[in-house]
Amino acid sequence: MNIYEFLSSPAEMARRTGPHDRIVMSSRVRLARNLRSLAFPGWAKKAERVKSLEVIRPAVESLSQLVGAFSETMDNLPPLDKQILVERHLISREHAAKSVGSGLVLNKEESLCVMINEEDHMRMQALRPGLQIRQAWMAIDQVDSELETRLEYAFSSELGYLTACPTNLGTGIRVSAMLHLPGLVLSEQINQIIQSVNKLGLAVRGLYGEGTEALGNVFQVSNQMTLGEAENDIVERLNKVLLQIIEHEENARATLLEKKPKMVYNHIGRAYGILANAHSISSKETMNLLSLMRLGVDLEEFTSKDRALIDELFIITQPAHLQKQFTEKLGAEERDLLRADMLRERLSLVARPTPKSGNSGATDKPA
Amino acid sequence: MLCMICKQNEAKVHLTQIVGDKMQKVDLCEGCAKTKGVNEPGGFSLADLLLGLGASQQIAQAGAGEEIRCPSCGFTQADFKKAGRLGCADCYTAFGEGLENLLKSMHKGTKHIGKVPVVLRQSRDLTDLLKGLHKKLEKAITTEDFEQAAALRDEIKATKAQMGQIVAS
Repeated sequence: MNIYEFLSSPAEMARRTGPHDRIVMSSRVRLARNLRSLAFPGWAKKAERVKSLEVIRPAVESLSQLVGAFSETMDNLPPLDKQILVERHLISREHAAKSVGSGLVLNKEESLCVMINEEDHMRMQALRPGLQIRQAWMAIDQVDSELETRLEYAFSSELGYLTACPTNLGTGIRVSAMLHLPGLVLSEQINQIIQSVNKLGLAVRGLYGEGTEALGNVFQVSNQMTLGEAENDIVERLNKVLLQIIEHEENARATLLEKKPKMVYNHIGRAYGILANAHSISSKETMNLLSLMRLGVDLEEFTSKDRALIDELFIITQPAHLQKQFTEKLGAEERDLLRADMLRERLSLVARPTPKSGNSGATDKPA
Repeated sequence: MLCMICKQNEAKVHLTQIVGDKMQKVDLCEGCAKTKGVNEPGGFSLADLLLGLGASQQIAQAGAGEEIRCPSCGFTQADFKKAGRLGCADCYTAFGEGLENLLKSMHKGTKHIGKVPVVLRQSRDLTDLLKGLHKKLEKAITTEDFEQAAALRDEIKATKAQMGQIVAS
């Protein structure tokens, strides 16, 4: 099956809403599971990986939650398709690099996804828009409970679910949320927040997870410890911290508007100016500027219906999504030109930002 | 050559470390080298980079003396040090002792708390039940309550049969 007949359009994706989605872009809970009797994918020989894929794939496909799912082996997916899946956060970059002996099963709603033979035999994840980590945990817990009746998991009563990397041992759970934090970045409080979150044993990462930079002021917050704490406690602890970060972000925005409105409006106005008028623009600059426009929507400088457009542009201006719209293979420079063309055209429908009435004449207070 | 951590950027930082008679090489891009704090080529190892500082020492301690090899998959201590990942489920038994300190340093505890597959939960419950029944049986015998003892013996037999069914299924 062609993946594009299956995936929802970026416009549809951008219209998904959830609690606190001004700041929390999405929630995810991932479980790592392995088979009892076969070597972990990183150590297994090719033939052994093919064998474990043959055991796992039909078991996953037969799950009631995955009826009618998209299912494919990684060697059958072209590199561009894999990159599209990465840009949509449906698979990891590590999994995109896999080929023979690895696979992917994805449900129609794009809310459940099982990566087969990534670092572990199974990496199953539930995704939800906005802050919904509890719901995501309940969903993936159900999938896992059904799957454990069909496959014999590697489990020890002492160490819990056994994983290839000891960092995932025990519950094998990684709970995470993607946060849009332009207020904390502009007010230069973000490093402080990252440090205190780290102290709580939680990790803060960039847009594409481990080892990536925080493009577009998007940060991923997740638990690090998986052994010695129950799933529910991990979920609740993270939920609490996320609500606190949301509060800090809202406070940072309010303080900025009060103390430095010109600085904020200047950033947003310039972001719009460049995006709507550039003739060549990289994906990195695009994301950083779209982030400021998104902040502009939250501050009512743009109409609320512009949010879906901005979120859509966030997806379709990324390299693989852009390439997908053209048949010929594009170089980085050509992509920058075509990206700018697309942005100019789509943003011609968006009125220039105007500060909320009563605030346009405000001036920055001396520090 | 690509960076070993992000596998995206060209590796520009190349570090070689010799521990005993073994040589280790690490190739990183500038970004990853920076985030991992590899500014000067002082003492560090790949396992440290992947698993946090001090990990390699703890792994090495586990293999002090002779080299341990997993009987199921052939994975060795050296492989673990190189990859930072284990070979199969049985490696946790093979390298068990050495792992304890490593787990202590990276997790909240060293004993699993949380979800347990239903099949194992059932057999765990039955094991507890069986223990209780054996105790009662002993007591019944010492108090010479043979009627009670006979009943308990039947119950133990039934419980064992039930356990056998779970294991077989």
